[in-house]
Amino acid sequence: MDPLAGLVGFTRSLRHAGLAIDAHRVEAYLTALDQVDLSSPAQTYWAGRLTLCSEPDDLTRYDAAFAAWFRSGDGTGIPGMPAPRTVGRPRQQRRIAWLTAPLTPRDGEEQDDDAADPLRTAASDMETLRRRDLAELTATEREHLRAVLAALRPDPPTRTSLRHRPARGGEVDPRRTLRATIKAHGELARPLRRRRATRPRKVVLLLDVSGSMSPYADALLRFAHAVVRRAPHAVEAFTVGTRLTRVTLPLRHRDPERAMAGATAAVPDWAGGTRLGETIKAFVDRWGQRGAARGAVVVICSDGWERGDAALLGEQLVRLRRLAHKIFWLNPHAGQHGYAPVQSGIAAALPHVDRLLAGHSLASLDELLAEVRRA
Amino acid sequence: MWDAVPSPAELSAALDATGYLPDEGIATAAFLALRMSRPLFCEGEPGTGKTALAAALAEALRVPQIRLQCHEGIDAGQALYDWDFPRQLLHLRALEAGTQGPLDADAAEASLYTRRFLLARPLLRALEEAPCVLLVDEIDRADDEFEAFLLEALADFAVSIPELGEVRAETPPLVVLTSNRTREVHDALKRRCLYHWLDHPDLPREVAILRRRLPDVSQRLAEQVAHAVRGLRAMQLLKPPGVAESLDWAAALVALGRDELDADSAAITLGAVLKYREDADRVREAVDTLLAS
Repeated sequence: MDPLAGLVGFTRSLRHAGLAIDAHRVEAYLTALDQVDLSSPAQTYWAGRLTLCSEPDDLTRYDAAFAAWFRSGDGTGIPGMPAPRTVGRPRQQRRIAWLTAPLTPRDGEEQDDDAADPLRTAASDMETLRRRDLAELTATEREHLRAVLAALRPDPPTRTSLRHRPARGGEVDPRRTLRATIKAHGELARPLRRRRATRPRKVVLLLDVSGSMSPYADALLRFAHAVVRRAPHAVEAFTVGTRLTRVTLPLRHRDPERAMAGATAAVPDWAGGTRLGETIKAFVDRWGQRGAARGAVVVICSDGWERGDAALLGEQLVRLRRLAHKIFWLNPHAGQHGYAPVQSGIAAALPHVDRLLAGHSLASLDELLAEVRRA
Repeated sequence: MWDAVPSPAELSAALDATGYLPDEGIATAAFLALRMSRPLFCEGEPGTGKTALAAALAEALRVPQIRLQCHEGIDAGQALYDWDFPRQLLHLRALEAGTQGPLDADAAEASLYTRRFLLARPLLRALEEAPCVLLVDEIDRADDEFEAFLLEALADFAVSIPELGEVRAETPPLVVLTSNRTREVHDALKRRCLYHWLDHPDLPREVAILRRRLPDVSQRLAEQVAHAVRGLRAMQLLKPPGVAESLDWAAALVALGRDELDADSAAITLGAVLKYREDADRVREAVDTLLAS
């Protein structure tokens, strides 16, 4: 067998395993193999790992694929490897139609009246949908909500950057002043000025996907998709439940359905239990303390039903408090009548949270976005 | 120039001679980076020797090391080059005083934008002084716009300065990028690099590192420290100690004249290895089991 075909086949099996490998990387891989001693398994291993992996998550997958491929030897594929997932691309047209379509099916005579002004009907339906509890939506309303969330364009919060931009007031800008001086034949002209520019502030979304939150999980994940899409490099999204899963990368996909499919596939603890304290600790340890939460607006979406130790959750929020710029807690139950924050988790967390918001309806999600923007 | 290094094993020996003990992965990574003229992108826990690798490579290859420390808001003026504005302004004033009548704007401008008024920052210096090792430290702290800029400079190891022309490295510098993963570095940059994830060294290697870097440490003390640090890493602390911390710890014990790590000497030197009060409290409670294991 041609060894080259076998090696390219190996990169293909890695791609199936989920590594982001393009032609550029394959080329680098082949160049690297050319430089090392191919009779040494260790060097073959390292040549591939150095050129084909791009993050720590890739390493275990690479190790598994390497072991399977170079041991089986026939090069036909890795036994037990699932076929690549093909997710159909929903039509853009359909989404737009959903945005303007009326929500509830109507009788014949009513339909005639509505035909005169379909926009107003859509608008008033929209108004109702905005206030409805996300857990109580019908299938049609849910479909509509998806479209509305996909069309959301939330502006990220901003902070002052270290960089400058030309301005009318502020400190003197030496570079521009010098250029103006040369233009004026060496006459020191009116000094030109500059100000600090603004940059998007980091936002971190921690979404509870445990069983008690499952009626809201889909809508919240779609909401996260809209927020991530708006500022892909300033927003990080994680799901919490029994373990921490980073879903930023799948959520960066433009198409909401594909993003949702990717994120759902990545989350192993969907509708499981809740160990908020431990998972938030995992977040602060692995991401927050290193910088993801520094100066960020952190939004925790959870009902605060904590199975584990509530004291641990309190401790972790104290740590998070010291890192983050603002912490918002979004609790779907907070929007219901007679709600009191007495659940063990939320009671422990509340003293360290800047604001507790409802987040059970579109209107309350809007309110959250306004708060985040102001932060 | 870089062809002088024939194999990963030779490079490993050269690094070893400088006091940096590489495993096979690091040696192969650095070797391929040299041979393929690609930047080496190092990620890993803090204190696993990412930055030290660049210094050791520079020493082993006998070339200068140039360091670019990234931070939030770093821009081309701090990384590549900048014009020396105060001196340019002075020069302009001097020209003006020396000539009668109006200044020739074109000539004045041409005399201002010459090499003598150019301040070379690390990237430009690396291109001018190549062969060398260029360390781009903590790239994850820089903004994402900066990555795009870096990508351009590293793609063909040349930069063009509009007023002066192109500066191209004759031998591509060996570029080492490090990241602590505080944010995802853009895939376009990673794609042009070799990716290496550094783990904490295993026990024998850590003992060897301690012995090599601190000749005053006895074999017994080095083993005790390495063992205890391994225990600390397994304790789920806020900040697990890296190799840098074990070196500090061993150095602190030697400075105090201790040749054994017992509960008493551990308690007074804990500040060298743990940097959070919560961590220190937890370890103080469990210090006996930690040393006994």
